[in-house]
Parts: sequence; C-alpha cells; structure tokens
Amino acid sequence: MTAHAAAHGMVGGERAQGAVGVHTQKLGMWVFLVSEVMFFTALIGSYIILRWGTGAEWPEPRTVLAIPVTAVNTFILICSSVSMVKAYAAAVKDDQAGLKRWLLATVVGGATFVSVQAFEYHHLVEKGFLPGSGLFGATFYTMTGFHGFHVTCGVLSMIWVTIRAFRGKYAGGKFQGIETIGLYWHFVDLVWIILFTIVYLI
Amino acid sequence: METAEHKAPNYIAVWAALAVLTVVEVAVVYLHLPRRLTVVSLVFLALWKAMLVALYFMHLRFEPKRLLYVVLAPLPLAVILVVGVMHGFRGP
Repeated sequence: MTAHAAAHGMVGGERAQGAVGVHTQKLGMWVFLVSEVMFFTALIGSYIILRWGTGAEWPEPRTVLAIPVTAVNTFILICSSVSMVKAYAAAVKDDQAGLKRWLLATVVGGATFVSVQAFEYHHLVEKGFLPGSGLFGATFYTMTGFHGFHVTCGVLSMIWVTIRAFRGKYAGGKFQGIETIGLYWHFVDLVWIILFTIVYLI
Repeated sequence: METAEHKAPNYIAVWAALAVLTVVEVAVVYLHLPRRLTVVSLVFLALWKAMLVALYFMHLRFEPKRLLYVVLAPLPLAVILVVGVMHGFRGP
C-alpha cells in the first residue's frame, strides 16, 4: 500500500471514497466540524451581541484574567497541533516509532492545556470571579468551559488512538484514523485561537 | 487528482508563524494603541492564525474544491446568525 493509493481513499485495500472525492471517514469528520462551527458561532455570537450590542457594563478582560499565563497555554495548544501533524506525517511514511512518539507528545500537550485551564478556574474562583459574576462571568465560563470539554474529549480519544498505535493498528498504510482525529484536534486549536482573541485580548 | 501529489508542507515554518503571531497579539494588547486599531489588528491576527491552521494543519489547501465548499458552507450562515440576532437586539 503506497501513500499515494491511501490518499486516494483506498486505505486498507477498500475504496472508501465518497461523492466529494475524499475518504468517507474524513468527509464525516468535516461534516461534524461544520456543525461544530455553528455550535461555537452560537456561543461566540452571543458573547459579541451581549458585549457590544446591549450596552451592558463590561470589565476590561485583562483586568480580570491573567493574559500571560493563557498566552503560554495557547502556545502549548498550538505546539500540540504541530505534534499531531507530525504524527500524521510519520503515519503516512509508516514510521511507527515516530507516530507513537508524536502521539504521546500530543496527549501531553492537550492534558497540560486542560490542567492549566483547571488551575486558572481555581484561581479565578478564589478571586471571586464566578459564573454568576455578571454577563462576563457567565459568558466566560460557558465559552471556555465548552472549549475545555472539547479538549478533554480530544485528549481521551487521543489516548485511545495512542494505545491503538502502540498495538500497531495504524501500520501498513492504514492511517486514515490518524488524519480523522487530527482534523478534530486542529479544529479545537482553531476555535481556541478565536476564543483567546475575543474573550481574553479584546 | 492533485491532492495526493502534494509534498508535506513545512510544519515547523507554520508553527513558527503561529508562535510569532501569538507574541504580536499579546504585544498589541499592551501597546495601548487606539481602541479601534487594537480591535481591528487583533481580529485580523486571529483570522490569519486560524487560516494557517485550516490551510496547512487541516490541509484544506490540498483538498478537492468540493470539500472546500462543504467546509465553507457554514461561514455565511454564521455571519447571518450573529448579524440577525444583533439587529434584533438593537431593534425598535
């Protein structure tokens, strides 16, 4: 099985190519991500409307939130996206050692992000900034909470994929699963890039 | 199909660009520029970063056009949703 044939949707010897011309698993993930775009649009849109459309009192986010810590955390999530893409590149080359190494790095990156976020919540709650602290508190915890839930789901799935990788399930050109979970992982990173800007920086 | 032929993009270069753009974003916040300029540059930088992730990490750049249409479909709907509800809030 060559990488060329696999990229044409013939992974595992079967032709799993849909009408769009990509592997059906990949198309399925993209359709799910498209619905996720609308999910996060509802959250981000509500924030935009509540903050700029209603004339409500709004604190400067940087007076409440610790931007340097979250900037570093953003960087950690970006790094885990890079390790994910490196894992995919290793899988395409059937480099099993590289695949396992980069998947482990991705799990560590994602888990670190969630841990820092938990630490941030703890710190904010101690300072008295709660979901009940006005519109900013409510929207902040809703948006970052749903995003954190997505990262957590991603880490759990990634652990499962890593275990499968250690069992050699992605060897011999059967790497579609790596690309599929990678798409989810990068999407969660992409959403965070937008959230970090809208909730923390602006 | 051209999708299978492309070489793997330089992921480290994309990573470096994302890191630099993140540093610029944080710098913009602490530079105390005029408010409007700050907001416009931050939105621009965030969209730039999001594009890099979508084009290279999610390799949309190398996908068939038909998949691109599927992916871009919700974006106008997202704008309509937000602008529509915003209009409702500001209504009579």
